[in-house]
Amino acid sequence: MTEPTLVAVNDRPALTKELRLRLRTPAKQRNRELILLLFAFAINLSALTLVELGALGEATGELFGYSVALCALVLVAHVCLRLTAPEADPLILPIATALNGLGIAAIYRIDIYNGAVGWDAASVRQIAWTAIAITIAMAVLVVIRNHRVLLRFRYVVGFTGLALLLLPLIPGIGYAQFGAQLWIRVGPLSFQPGELAKIALAVFFAGYLVEHRDSLTIVGRKVLGMRFPRARDLGPILVAWAAAMAVLIFQRDLGTALLYFGLFLVMLYVATGRVSWVIMGLALFAGGAVLAAQLFSHVAGRFTAWLDAFNQEIYDAIGGSYQLVQGLFGLAQGGLVGTGWGQGRPYLVPLAQSDYVVASLGEELGLAGLFAILALYLLFVARGMRIGFEGTDDFGRLLAVGLSFVVVLQVFIVVGGVTRLIPLTGLTTPFLAAGGSSLVANWIIAALLLRLSDTIRTGPHVVVGP
Amino acid sequence: MITEIKRVSAVVLIMVFALMTSSTIITAFEVDNLRADGRNVRTLYDSYSAERGPILVGGRVIAESLPVDSEFKYLRTYLEPELYAHVTGYFTLNQGNTGIEGKLNNYLSGTANDQFLAQLNAILTGQSAKGASVELTIDAAVQQAAAAALGDNHGAVVALDPKTGAILAMVSNPSYDPNQLARHNTDLVIAAYNELLSDPSDPLINRAITGDLYHPGSVFKLVVAAAALDSGLLREDSTVANPAVLQLPLSNSEIRNAGRGTCGPDERVTLADALRISCNIPFAEIGAEIGVNVLRTYAERFGFGQPLEIPMDVTSSIYPANPDAAQLMLSAFGQSDVRVTPLQMAMVSAAIANNGVLMKPALVKTIRAQDLSIIEPFTPEIFSTPISDDTSTTLKRLMVANVDNGAASNGRINGVAVGGKTGTAQNGEGQPLTLWFTGFAPADDPQVAVAVVVENGSSFGNAVAAPIARQVMEAVLNN
Repeated sequence: MTEPTLVAVNDRPALTKELRLRLRTPAKQRNRELILLLFAFAINLSALTLVELGALGEATGELFGYSVALCALVLVAHVCLRLTAPEADPLILPIATALNGLGIAAIYRIDIYNGAVGWDAASVRQIAWTAIAITIAMAVLVVIRNHRVLLRFRYVVGFTGLALLLLPLIPGIGYAQFGAQLWIRVGPLSFQPGELAKIALAVFFAGYLVEHRDSLTIVGRKVLGMRFPRARDLGPILVAWAAAMAVLIFQRDLGTALLYFGLFLVMLYVATGRVSWVIMGLALFAGGAVLAAQLFSHVAGRFTAWLDAFNQEIYDAIGGSYQLVQGLFGLAQGGLVGTGWGQGRPYLVPLAQSDYVVASLGEELGLAGLFAILALYLLFVARGMRIGFEGTDDFGRLLAVGLSFVVVLQVFIVVGGVTRLIPLTGLTTPFLAAGGSSLVANWIIAALLLRLSDTIRTGPHVVVGP
Repeated sequence: MITEIKRVSAVVLIMVFALMTSSTIITAFEVDNLRADGRNVRTLYDSYSAERGPILVGGRVIAESLPVDSEFKYLRTYLEPELYAHVTGYFTLNQGNTGIEGKLNNYLSGTANDQFLAQLNAILTGQSAKGASVELTIDAAVQQAAAAALGDNHGAVVALDPKTGAILAMVSNPSYDPNQLARHNTDLVIAAYNELLSDPSDPLINRAITGDLYHPGSVFKLVVAAAALDSGLLREDSTVANPAVLQLPLSNSEIRNAGRGTCGPDERVTLADALRISCNIPFAEIGAEIGVNVLRTYAERFGFGQPLEIPMDVTSSIYPANPDAAQLMLSAFGQSDVRVTPLQMAMVSAAIANNGVLMKPALVKTIRAQDLSIIEPFTPEIFSTPISDDTSTTLKRLMVANVDNGAASNGRINGVAVGGKTGTAQNGEGQPLTLWFTGFAPADDPQVAVAVVVENGSSFGNAVAAPIARQVMEAVLNN
């Protein structure tokens, strides 16, 4: 179906021939993906309609056109996969699409309550950002034909990641929102560069660790029945720890610090196989967090709001537990099966479209809906881990594990905060929450995982290391 | 590397399971606590979204929830607001509820435990959930007669069916408009509430059962007489000394009868005459004679100091804790620290009228679920049996004499034997009086027991309170 267009654009006979061949070869994975995508489209479009029926009592079809266009764009991405990564995992794109669509429906639901339309509506902006994010993801798939090219640029990417991380601290463009210095603003656009930094850091960690893991694996002294690394090898973990503490202190964001440091620790462990690194890392982070809690009121506030959320004083305090408790009320209201799309009151909770989108979904879809969403994340991460198991080169395997883990860790930090499992911190829920930076970053992760999974089946089996 | 990735995968699985557990705990186990939390406005919105049950009097709606086009789907509306304000109370938006609205909120909002099956049934049959309806024992004609008779006077009227305890009328003046407090604009509600609260005439207080309570004055003599007769310490023809002035023991104070003279021409006066003419000095002597313990015992049997819910909480009437000799004598004609609710005095008359058996006063006749099944039927309950049948017969006769040819003459109804007792209580030097009438009719088959109190009168109980009581009793008898 897309053949004529492609032929028209590319008139080089060799390429045309290759494309024809690609399109005619039965692509089992892609056909599976197509069927699953149709399910995802059905879920997303019916969610939007149900939101309107529940909240307005009639289907106005306000976003229907945009959403259908978005589905078409996903189909383009699907075709792009057929051409550039035909053996890529068939689940990743449908899961990302479904989560993204559920998020848009949840955001749209709040917009309806707020009476926001056009560009004032977060849902319309979310759809636009999704289009941008999917386009960028396709570009990643087209440009990075072999992920090992990333290994070559690991230091460049690493420094870019560090720069992105520090960008919000530069006066003039960086600014704080909800107490955390995580945003930059250029003209009318605001962006959270930290979201992209996590990808860059995952690439850098994978490259660096594959290169240096031999020395990091060597053990030194045995303490309490466990072999600890040599003192001279402590450099990297201390640098990572210092960076995490800097994020915690200067950007005032516990969640982000935990996310980066957790990513580093897991990749370090997978690369070296030394549990001692993890124990040391956790001890360092816990010590740092406790110290920070004593030195900085905003960190301590997070802990008291978590432990004593229902205390009236803490509930009323600025930066207290109001949002947490209101979110719990929302989840309780949802109960097991939820109030139904558009029939709850998720707008009562602050930031119901971004940080608290999970509570919004929990209220209207209930525990059943939350389980389904968590299951989608689990499946997404499981596909990523599979690359780790089946991968042909260690850089790719490490990168896949890192990227999948960072997604699930982010879900854990956000949903754990909302459900009072851990202290609440401001992070976005991957694919669901309103926010362009988060969408772009997570769609790039999806693209990289797709690329890596394609390599497993098509790429040459290069064995690096043991 | 495979082992490590396996372990990381296990950690991922544990993390997701932890999230599933924490969300399950919230939505399945802590859900009741979270929904019951006062800060959970969702529960509040829900209580408005379900149609609240109506409150009815004699089959007619006096409070109902009407659908409106707002976040709170229904607006509570009171149809005869001023007349029933102190009975229904008000239903506000999270600013507290009073009266029947407050006490029976669970039933009216449909969240009471015994309505669970009805609610489930409503969900399964696709009907919208609705609260239970509450039918009151109030008789609309009696309530209207009471309010009309009380007019602009500040005070209260309570009418009981002595045989069942059913409250036939409960009026407290001044009243207010509960519709003002049921509005959905919280700012307006708070402004209206503050205005009512700062009103010196205290319109929010139900004077019939709460508030600062009243000195009963001479109507308390009924309790003293009941104690004296029922304890066997005195008979109706027992006599006490009859001076015009009595010096209180260990005190400089002197007491006098209302007429400033002796109680009748004789040297000594009988209990029966002292009650009929309502003399203070003989009752002070009777009080001293029977003693504080007997007096308090009988006061408590009539309900003094006892908790009572009708279902609203009734402030307990007070007989002073440790009166000295002078206070005991003062208390025997309803002064000193004796303080009562009008309902308490109606209960005294009702017990006397009902052969010594005091029925528990109640305001609720039936609570009916959405499916019209009766959740709570009204069953008359005995509150206590303060006096014997014999004592009640004697007291009834004395009270009828009091109306026929005594101090309570304005309580008379043609062709009906009315029993009654007036009171004119003093509230201290220069303070206005509290005017009382309590009684029952007809004496041979009592249909109604009544208590009327009028504040700030400068007259006598017989002149102001007795005619009001008469009109209320007539309203019952004409039904």
